[in-house]
Amino acid sequence: MTGGRLSGYLRRYWVCIPLAGVVIAAMGWAALTPIRTESRDNLFEIPKGTWARRMAGNKVEILPAEIRLTLGVRDILVLKNLDDVPQVFGSILMMPGQSFRLPFEMAASYQFACTAHVSGQMTIVVDPNPVSPWARLRWRAGNLWRSGQWQ
Amino acid sequence: MKRVFTLLLPLLCCAVVANAENSTAFIAGVFSPPRLAPDFSIRGSDGGELQLSRYRGKVVLLSFGYTSCTAVCPMTLAVLAQAHKKLGALGGNLQVVYVTVDPERDDAERMRKFLSAFDPSFIGGTGTAAQLAAVRQNYGISATKIPTPDGYMMSHTSYVYLIDRNGYLCALMPFGHVPDDYVHDVNVLLQK
Repeated sequence: MTGGRLSGYLRRYWVCIPLAGVVIAAMGWAALTPIRTESRDNLFEIPKGTWARRMAGNKVEILPAEIRLTLGVRDILVLKNLDDVPQVFGSILMMPGQSFRLPFEMAASYQFACTAHVSGQMTIVVDPNPVSPWARLRWRAGNLWRSGQWQ
Repeated sequence: MKRVFTLLLPLLCCAVVANAENSTAFIAGVFSPPRLAPDFSIRGSDGGELQLSRYRGKVVLLSFGYTSCTAVCPMTLAVLAQAHKKLGALGGNLQVVYVTVDPERDDAERMRKFLSAFDPSFIGGTGTAAQLAAVRQNYGISATKIPTPDGYMMSHTSYVYLIDRNGYLCALMPFGHVPDDYVHDVNVLLQK
């Protein structure tokens, strides 16, 4: 590329330069700043009347088929059974009004049988702690995409 | 000096409380509020009756498995045996109860031999298929028979339930934890 052509481009697209600078700075911050969250809990509630609605023939999905957790960031699953009947999550039998708090310590994919699901199955994917710049960037982008929150 | 001590005392108290709160947190998954562990009465590996409520006053680690298991059960029992040993004198306040999910093969004598290889204090439970199915249902345990070329294996829940000295089902330890995690949580239950 010649000097003349480059200065032509710069003249034409000068507005984009500060914009690109801001984007690069934001990405740099997202990649280099450690992720901090107020709580590591990820709460899911099984609402009152779930079982009754299901017995009435309605397809009720309370919990997502897949829950994603991240070690060191949001790695504690909290389940609360607000329904009038016991609910089974995996092998965890939760009585009405009872909650269960399960911390995860290993990055892996966990399969659970779950009566709160129409399919009876649920997967919990625990991702490794995003410590590298690229992993932090990916986590922040994914979190922004999923929850609309920038952390 | 006295003034410095007066100023530092509240800070010291806060630090102690914070540390105490941290040390009372379970490593296992915790039920809130805990419920009374469903009682059962089945045949014990010692030849007598195994009734869960008989162990009130001790912390009980309740696990489900079978003696022909080659993967998960031996690992879980080895971890529990190490945890029991690490507890030292406090180990007397702990009882490991291991209920079979394979009553077809696991009679009391077979369970006794199997468990004593890990720790002679461990007690096993067996019974009729209907008795054990009722126990599993009360605890939300799944057990499925899977045919293999040389017979069958059992796919089953691999968690260990932690029951406090008053018989409340307080927590649940997923598979994969080390003995120190059990030692920590048993200590938490013993301090309650």
